[in-house]
Amino acid sequence: MRTNILIVGVGGQGTLLASRILGTLAVNKNLDCKLSEVHGMSQRGGSVVTNVKIADKVLSPIIGLGDADIILAFEQLEAIRYTNYLKKGGTIVVNTQQIMPMPVITGAREYPSNILEELDKRCGKLIAVDALEIAKEIGSVKSVNVVMIGALAKQLGISFDEIDNALKQTIKPALYELNKAALEKGYNI
Amino acid sequence: MAKKLMLGNEAIARGAYEAGVKVVSSYPGTPSTEISEIIAKYPEVYAEWAPNEKVATEVAVGASFAGVRSMACMKHVGVNVAADPLFTAAYTGVNGGMVMVAADDPGMHSSQNEQDSRFYARAAHVPMLEPSDSQEAKEFTKLAFELSEKYDTPVFVRTTTRLAHSQSFVEEEDRVEVPNKPYVKDITKYTMMPSSAIGRHLKVEARENQLKEDLNNGVWFNREEIRDTKLGVVCSGIVYQYVREALPDASIFKLGMVYPVAIEQIKAFASKVKRVIVIEELEPFFENQLKANGIKCDGKNLFTLQGEYSVSLIKERILGISQDVEKIDLPVRPPVMCAGCPHRGVFYILSKLKLTVSADIGCYTLGAVAPLSAVDSVVCMGASVGIAHGFEKALGRDQSKHTVAVIGDSTFIHSGITGLVNAVYNGSNMTLIILDNSTTGMTGHQQHPATGLTLKNTPAPILPLDDLVKTIGVKSLDIVDSYDLAEVERAVKEALNTDGVSVVIAKHPCALLKTYKAKPALSIENCKKCGMCLKIGCPAIYKQKDGSALINTSQCVGCGVCKQLCKFDAIKGGDAQ
Ligand SMILES: Cc1ncc(C[n+]2csc(CCOP(=O)(O)OP(=O)(O)O)c2C)c(N)n1
Ligand code: SF4
Ligand code: SF4
Repeated sequence: MRTNILIVGVGGQGTLLASRILGTLAVNKNLDCKLSEVHGMSQRGGSVVTNVKIADKVLSPIIGLGDADIILAFEQLEAIRYTNYLKKGGTIVVNTQQIMPMPVITGAREYPSNILEELDKRCGKLIAVDALEIAKEIGSVKSVNVVMIGALAKQLGISFDEIDNALKQTIKPALYELNKAALEKGYNI
Repeated sequence: MAKKLMLGNEAIARGAYEAGVKVVSSYPGTPSTEISEIIAKYPEVYAEWAPNEKVATEVAVGASFAGVRSMACMKHVGVNVAADPLFTAAYTGVNGGMVMVAADDPGMHSSQNEQDSRFYARAAHVPMLEPSDSQEAKEFTKLAFELSEKYDTPVFVRTTTRLAHSQSFVEEEDRVEVPNKPYVKDITKYTMMPSSAIGRHLKVEARENQLKEDLNNGVWFNREEIRDTKLGVVCSGIVYQYVREALPDASIFKLGMVYPVAIEQIKAFASKVKRVIVIEELEPFFENQLKANGIKCDGKNLFTLQGEYSVSLIKERILGISQDVEKIDLPVRPPVMCAGCPHRGVFYILSKLKLTVSADIGCYTLGAVAPLSAVDSVVCMGASVGIAHGFEKALGRDQSKHTVAVIGDSTFIHSGITGLVNAVYNGSNMTLIILDNSTTGMTGHQQHPATGLTLKNTPAPILPLDDLVKTIGVKSLDIVDSYDLAEVERAVKEALNTDGVSVVIAKHPCALLKTYKAKPALSIENCKKCGMCLKIGCPAIYKQKDGSALINTSQCVGCGVCKQLCKFDAIKGGDAQ
């Protein structure tokens, strides 16, 4: 579980909850942990990065270039944007969802078509998850982040009970049941 | 003792709580906002949003004079607004301990500049502490209250974005109730006019000299760490963590108090190492003081004044280890106004009318980016009004027929009101649009005097912006729904053509408010590919490969703004506006 995880996505996708669940996990495992979040301007649909560092002792809360064991990407384009932060042979867990950035919306640029292939070339292991579709199936589009956490937990070699516990401790009780379903789906991909 | 992961901001709130703080007054600003939001949850603490940082600081000064521990929190540019009370509160000193939190934003994640707050500490002769993780954020906040009372001065706690918005472990302790100190009338201390201020200025110098002497004798919050003596680094705050990771063998002098600087201690440190490098984000604040005191060191000759530092940057500049980065040409993803943002249509109209737009700070600053590209200038909160008036006085009525100032509701109350008073008083012919979305959107939806609720979520009287504007003396006032493009256009044109000061209040709640009533998503049928609906830059509509527009139903909130632009009635659903 000693690991550096870079969570990337689009402002508003719930990256903060994802990092907080991982934080709870670190607490439960009695490891040191630092999380670095983004608040403010980029939460308005901009590119956002959250750093999760778990180790016996963590100093800088920020993951440097080439220093992430895993990139957890909530959106394809954001996954490719941050591949420079991945360690050689590291893992990328990516949500295949595409969210159009403004230059694409206005027609100034095209959304790159071959991102998954490009990601594959740049990592040791690529896990692609259609988290939006899964979240829709369980009737909760907002649970994309929890589906992704499920998929990540599997890659981290954590038991389902451990990650489920962390979810339960982090999330509002009223939202737990629905998100547990999302977590399960993600974990069992 | 419970150990908890906390944001730096949460830890500051916790520290103030444990220190027995009784009154907190703040104005939101990234990266400081959460401190006040979190402290408001403690029933023992009175906490409020003030209309701006000057008022917040004055409230904290008042509570301190009255004999309780008080705090005011703000972002770095907020200190500019608060500087007036600050500089003189440095003379009066305190009764109950008083702490000011100044949150710097190197790298400008959410700010219009990256000024360095440490200069305020020096200019006002106010001590400043800077923590390097959440545990220290809590400890230093408590320490700040103690030092404030010990040295009879307000004390700054400085943070930066990475400290404020990173979480690390904190041990919670109990709150200690600090008895109120009696308030005793003393005009030589609390009434600053020349006769008394002369005496107080001497006290300022004396207390600072005392503090410097104590620092030079060694204090627990400055720390010398001797490792390999080939290299000694002087640093503070979050940079300390970067240095530890990048240069694990380096000796370090870590400044917990960044003003005044413990210069004799650093001299002693410098004598133990072969080479001294000062590593500090932004200005060469420590470096210049070291050099002025004859300590040979490197600093900004190796590092930049701009942006944030990192482990990689330190490794590169000091060890010469640089990382290969692959450049991939990707479409950028800048922040955008939300789907259904009430500001969007207004900026579309301003862009369509090709006006010169003096804008202000808030979510609506995003009206500056493509495709709206409607904004000409943004300087600081409240400046839009003065700048438009300045344009008019410089270039006259011909110019003002094509110029508008645009300001948000929270920003108008913060510091736009005085600009409007000035414009009316000085016979301006200007137009001001107040974008009233019933919240302080940019910083995460805080209450303000016109929302009807306080920071503690208790009901409050609603400041009526329309009556206020009329009372100021504005004769031409129009109130329109921001979503109704035809109405917005009519009102703006009329305002521009009316002599004197005109105000248009464009009203509609922010689409992210819990109270916002989203409508079913719209859809597009038989798109004629004219591209009109794409001109408003709604993130829920995009152009498909074949050139037709598509609405993303999971993002659209049914505001109906795009529908008003389609000349072919291809956009279906929603109420006809
Ligand atoms: C002096 C100062 N204080 C605080 C801030 C942080 N800040 C930026 S915009 C803003 C308020 C925005 O609210 P409003 O004007 O209502 O516009 P909205 O974001 O809701 O559109 C604040 C508090 C700042 N930039 N400058
Ligand atoms: S938060 Fe509100 S005001 Fe800000 S961009 Fe979104 S909808 Fe607009
Ligand atoms: S109605 Fe149109 S402008 Fe409004 S949110 Fe939906 S797509 Fe965007």
